Amino acid sequence: MLKYIAKRLLRSLVTLAIVITIIFSLLRLMPIEGYFPNYDKLSPGQIQASLTSMGLLDPLPVQLWNFISGVFQGDLGTSLIYRVNVPITQIIAEKAPISIELGLLSVGLSLVVGIPLGVGMALASLVKQKKGVPSLAKKTALGKCMDAVGMFFATIWEKLGTIFIVVIQAVPAAVYYLFIQLYGTDLFGIPTLFNKNNYATWILPVVSLALGNIAYYAMWLRRYMTDEINKDYVQLARAKGVSSSGIMFRHVFRNAFVPMIQYLPGSILFTMMGSIYVESLYSIPGMGGLLVNVIQRQDNTMVQALVLIYSVISIVALILGDILMSIADPRIKLGKKEEAR
Amino acid sequence: MDTKQEVILSVKDLEVKFNLRGKILHAIRGVSLDLHKSESLAIVGESGSGKSVFVKSFMGLLDSNGYVSAGRIEYDGKNLAEYTKDKEWRKIRGGEIAMVLQDPMTSLNPLKTVGKQICEALKLHGNMPKSKMKDAAVEILRDVGIPDPEKRFSQYPHEFSGGMRQRVVIAIAVACNPKILICDEPTTALDVTIQAQILHLLKNLKEKYDLTTIYITHDLGVVANVADRIAVMYAGDIVEIGTCEEVFYNPQHPYTWALLSSLPQLGVKGQELFSIKGTPPNLFHQVEGDAFAPRNPQALNIDFAERPPYFEVSPTHKARTWLLDPRAPKVEPPESIRNIRGLKPLLNPEFVKLAAGGASDE
Repeated sequence: MLKYIAKRLLRSLVTLAIVITIIFSLLRLMPIEGYFPNYDKLSPGQIQASLTSMGLLDPLPVQLWNFISGVFQGDLGTSLIYRVNVPITQIIAEKAPISIELGLLSVGLSLVVGIPLGVGMALASLVKQKKGVPSLAKKTALGKCMDAVGMFFATIWEKLGTIFIVVIQAVPAAVYYLFIQLYGTDLFGIPTLFNKNNYATWILPVVSLALGNIAYYAMWLRRYMTDEINKDYVQLARAKGVSSSGIMFRHVFRNAFVPMIQYLPGSILFTMMGSIYVESLYSIPGMGGLLVNVIQRQDNTMVQALVLIYSVISIVALILGDILMSIADPRIKLGKKEEAR
Repeated sequence: MDTKQEVILSVKDLEVKFNLRGKILHAIRGVSLDLHKSESLAIVGESGSGKSVFVKSFMGLLDSNGYVSAGRIEYDGKNLAEYTKDKEWRKIRGGEIAMVLQDPMTSLNPLKTVGKQICEALKLHGNMPKSKMKDAAVEILRDVGIPDPEKRFSQYPHEFSGGMRQRVVIAIAVACNPKILICDEPTTALDVTIQAQILHLLKNLKEKYDLTTIYITHDLGVVANVADRIAVMYAGDIVEIGTCEEVFYNPQHPYTWALLSSLPQLGVKGQELFSIKGTPPNLFHQVEGDAFAPRNPQALNIDFAERPPYFEVSPTHKARTWLLDPRAPKVEPPESIRNIRGLKPLLNPEFVKLAAGGASDE
C-alpha cells in the first residue's frame, strides 16, 4: 500500500512536470504585452531592459528551471497585470480562505442533506413495493392508519426527491443560482452583497453551491442502495435474523457508499476551489473566476501559477479517491504486483 | 402420513400471491405439508414451480410484493402466516429456521470478513460473551471443513473459492443454531465434485446438530443422495409426496413420470433424451383442473375440469391425480419408469463415491 502510494506520487510528479512544461511553453508563445501593465507607454529600450530583468530572454529551459525551483521554495512569482507586483502566493492567500470556507460549508450541507435524501428515496421505493399487498395479520384501525400514512410519506418523499434531482440536473446552474438570489434575498430580507462578518449573507451562497452536490449524492446513493438491496447477501442477512435497520446500515448503506467514496475527494476539493457564478453573484472575493479573469487580462505569471495549483488539486483528488476506495473495499488491491497476504 | 413421527412444522392450505403491477400471480395454490422432526425432505420441481417461494414463506422472506393470502404455517404453536412485523419474524429467522442460498458467490457480504459475518449470526442468536465469539466462530468454520480456520476467520469472501464460500454460508446458518435448515439449491452453482462434498457436509451437520433439513432442488441426483422424503411440486402445488423409495420407484402422478423420464440415465442409447413438451401454466390466470393436464398426453377429461384431491397410495405416499381414483381407466406409466427399478443405484457411482469420500480439502 505505502509502496503503491509512493509510486503513485512519483508518477503524479511526472504528470505535473509535463503540465507545467506545456503551459509554460505555450505562454511563452503569447505576445509580450502580457508582461507589462503599461506596454503602450514604454520605449523599446525599457521593454528590453525589463524583459532581461525578468529573465524572459534566458533560454526556455533555464526559465522553466527558475520557475520550478521557485515553486519548490514557495514562490509562484508575482502578478504583472492583475495586481501589479504583488506576489501570487499573497493574492491566493487572500482569496483562497473564503472559497475554502464556503466550499467546506456547502459540502457539509450537501452530505447532511443529500445522504438522508438518497437513503430515504431508496427506503421509500421499498415501502412502495408493499402497495396493494394485504396481510393476514389482524391489525387495529390505528395500525392500518399508520400504514397508510407511511405509504403517503414514502410516495411524497420519492416524488419530491425525483423532481428535485431532475430539476437540478436539467436546469443550468446559473439559472437556479439567479433564482435563489432573486427570491432568497427578498424572502428572508438578506442583503445581496456578501459580507464576511454577517453570517446571514453566507446562507444563500452556501445553499447555491450545495444544491448540485445534494442532487448528485442523493441520486447515486439511491441508485447504489437499490442495487445493494436486491443482492443475495442482503437476503442471507435477513435469513439469519438481522433487523431491517441493521441490514440497511450495517450492510446496504455501507456497501452502497463505497462506489461513491472514490469521487468524494474530487467533489469536495473542486467545491472548495470556488464557483465563478456564485462568487460573482454575491461579489464574494474568492478564488472563483480568478483563472478566467487572469487569462482574459493576459497576466501570464498568474495563469501559470493557477494552472499549477489546479493540476495539483486534481491529482491529489484522484489519488485520495483511489486510496479511500481501497481502504473501503478489501477486494481492491492497489499495486497488483504486491503479493496478497 | 406417518403419525408416529413428531411434526415440527405444519403447513395447511397455504396460498401465496404476488402483486405484480396490479396483476395477481398465484404462486402457491393451497399446499399442505407436514415436516417431521429430524427428517430430510426434498422439494423438487422445475423452475418457477414455486419451490423457493414456498419455503421462503416459512421465514417471511417473500419479496415485498408477495404475501400469504390464505392458510396456516404452524410452528411451535404459532401461526407464522399471520406474522407481518420484522420483530416477530426475527425470532424465527436464523434461530429457528435458517437458510442456505443457491449462489455462494453472491450470498456473502463482500466487504465484511467471513469471521464478522459468522459472529453477527452468533451475536443475534445466543448470549455469548464477545471474547468467546471468535473461538466459537473458528470452531464452526472447522466444523464445516474449512482448513486453517484461524487464518480464514479474518479473510474476506473474495479470498475463498466457490465451494469454500458455500461452506461459510453453511457455517453462518449453523451459527444461528436453528432447528430447521432450508437449503435452497445449495449445490446448483457448484461443480460436481464440490457438490458431492457439500452434500456430504450437510448430511454430517444434520446429524451433529440434529437438524431437520429441507432441500430445494431440481437435481434428482441430489435428492436421491440426501432425502428421506420427496415432495414433487408443479405450478405452485405439491402433486406427489412420499418417501424417496416410493417416489423414485413407484411414482403415481403423470408429472412425476415425466420428470423422472427426463433423467438422462433413463434415456435409451441412440434416441433423443426425453423432455416434457409445452410450458407450465400461466399463474396469472386461475388454473382449472389438474395443472399438468395440458402437457400430459394421457390426460383424462376430468383432469381439465376438476382439480384432483390427494389419493393415498400408502400411509406415507400420496398423489394428486385422478388416475388413482378407483373409477379411472388404467393408465400405465411410460416404459422408462417401469424400468427404473433396474437402475439401482440411480446415481452415478462416481458421485456416490465422492460423496462418501467426504469433505477433504478442495
